[in-house]
Amino acid sequence: MPELLEVRHLVKHFAVRRGLLGRRSAKVHAVDDVSFSLAENETLGLVGESGCGKSTTGFSILRLIEPTGGEVRFQGQNILSLDPEPLRRLRRNMQIVFQDPFGSLNPRLTVERVIEEPLLNHEELSAAARRARVRETLEMVGLLPEHLTRFPHEFSGGQRQRVCMARALVLRPKLVVGDEPVSALDVSVRAQVLNLLVELQRRLNLSYLFISHDLAVIRYVSHRVGVMYLGQIVELADVKAIYARPLHPYTRALLSAVPVPDPRRSRQRILIRGDVPSPIDPPPGCRFHPRCPEVMPVCREQAPLTRVAESNHLVRCHLHDRHDVWTPTFQASACDALNPSTQGGSA
Amino acid sequence: MTCAIHSSHENPVTLLQIDNLKTFFHSRRGLARAVDGVSLQVDEGEVVGIVGESGCGKSVLALSILKLLPMPPAFFEDGRILFMGQDLLACSRETLMGIRGNRISMIFQEPMTALNPVFTVGNQLMEVFRVHRGLERAEALQKAVDMLARVGVPAPERRVKEYPYQLSGGMRQRVMIAMALACRPALLLADEPTTALDVSIQAQILELMMELKAELNTAILLITHDLGVVAEATRRVAVMYTGRIMEEALTVDLFDRPLHPYTRGLMASIPRADAGFESGRLNEIRGGVPSVAALPAGCHFEPRCPEAMDICRTRLPRLESVDGDHRVACWRVGHA
Repeated sequence: MPELLEVRHLVKHFAVRRGLLGRRSAKVHAVDDVSFSLAENETLGLVGESGCGKSTTGFSILRLIEPTGGEVRFQGQNILSLDPEPLRRLRRNMQIVFQDPFGSLNPRLTVERVIEEPLLNHEELSAAARRARVRETLEMVGLLPEHLTRFPHEFSGGQRQRVCMARALVLRPKLVVGDEPVSALDVSVRAQVLNLLVELQRRLNLSYLFISHDLAVIRYVSHRVGVMYLGQIVELADVKAIYARPLHPYTRALLSAVPVPDPRRSRQRILIRGDVPSPIDPPPGCRFHPRCPEVMPVCREQAPLTRVAESNHLVRCHLHDRHDVWTPTFQASACDALNPSTQGGSA
Repeated sequence: MTCAIHSSHENPVTLLQIDNLKTFFHSRRGLARAVDGVSLQVDEGEVVGIVGESGCGKSVLALSILKLLPMPPAFFEDGRILFMGQDLLACSRETLMGIRGNRISMIFQEPMTALNPVFTVGNQLMEVFRVHRGLERAEALQKAVDMLARVGVPAPERRVKEYPYQLSGGMRQRVMIAMALACRPALLLADEPTTALDVSIQAQILELMMELKAELNTAILLITHDLGVVAEATRRVAVMYTGRIMEEALTVDLFDRPLHPYTRGLMASIPRADAGFESGRLNEIRGGVPSVAALPAGCHFEPRCPEAMDICRTRLPRLESVDGDHRVACWRVGHA
């Protein structure tokens, strides 16, 4: 499968002021050496608890925030070094759907204007062609022509999220980043939107980077899953492998913590102690070690490297040190892979 | 986790009995029947779940029990709420003040908004002991520290002097629980207590609630939208939709044999993360939840129901017992 998106050693630090009068400055390591690839027509799920950097990763890839370091290639082109104009042209292929369908729609615009806006920015179409495209997209997401003249407040949460999807899809992008796109929706409506996402992927050959805290939702939509903790991907594998044979103690604990809708199942829960530590001073060694049920002396001192445990099953944990270290390379051009420009990567 | 199925429940004593409760609101769009004829019973030490989607009236039901609703626009059209034999809707303000936070307490979804940001955690915890137990400052402080330690807040002597913003979400919820359980209440109303928390913290808080329930024999009315939480924590459960109970049963029975099309639809529409479970395409319940100010004439679920019949369009089915404790409001079930 050709890779659509290749992310290598992505780093994003935020400066924060601390102390009295904000004199001391510190860095939040929101994303710290994240690498992954996304193939055409594939969904990669990024899952993790709040503050793990999953949304920052999504925003950095679209350059909605500027990454501190690393490389992001979209169809072989490094988008982090692009000038504004070529970046703008590329963006039509990369769209995003946000969590909050209330906050992400302009309340003063009709649905037609909302969906039309990206076309006005990116395509030179006649008014008639624009209308046709808007209507076609509207129908794709399961809304009706009569909805075009309505305003966002007239819709329920699920319908609003459909409007957001229409806005993202009207340019027929290749990549859609979904940042918790179903988290604000009720159970019965969430299923509608999830099924629609899966259906549209097939119909439009989309690739999704699907960001969520919900392990069940991630499982349903993803082909591969990356589990994030404190700015790093700690495990990345095929969806079946992650849920059937999780290797990282964090993934195992996380999965065991999800309440199962089956009262007859008695299960061994692995309780993770304490809270997620602050990303301002991440723990030395393995970032998960203060909460890890299988912590070893080495974990307190040395940061684990990402290793290839089985074919395509990546894990960042000292329990798997016997396996080979994973070195991410670019697929597209071999000469670049030999000379990786990895600023700030710690691996 | 303490398994709800195996907890003993012999010779139950009724703690809370809600009869035909109707909590309505005057709204610009007309009368909103937020809770429309709900009858429910909670026994001593029992965990009862109320599950439903947003707007089903589950939170209004909980707030009605403590009369924590703004009146107007809210008013009680009908019904009574008996707590240890006393009608909460009819009792005086003073009586109610003595019950709130003492015999019945409540925890909310967002602990940040439920805690007062300008007082220390200790201050707010001490208030409970001073108001309801008449303790002196020093005594109350000691109790506050003990309580924080009991709910698993590390370094309670230090934490007691901190403000809510200095605590993480999980810690704040622990403080809320400490406050709610300070007076060893007979009933805890928990409105989506883990919804705002991360999954690993949710597991910790559920665990803590079950532990304290076992220790203090506190009954819990657990309000949630999450069928997983229901399955893990409750003994009995009521499924609410548009202000009414659609189905009520022992939790095990509800999951074994869901009878209402809404319950079945909900169960088939949730993706699952557990290893043994293979999911096909998710079931969709068509359409959306109707507004409680503009309800269908017959069964409220009829416009979305895949099994609707003629009678469903015109007449509202009553909640009827089909099999002992299993009650369903559906023309397809039990009305034959």
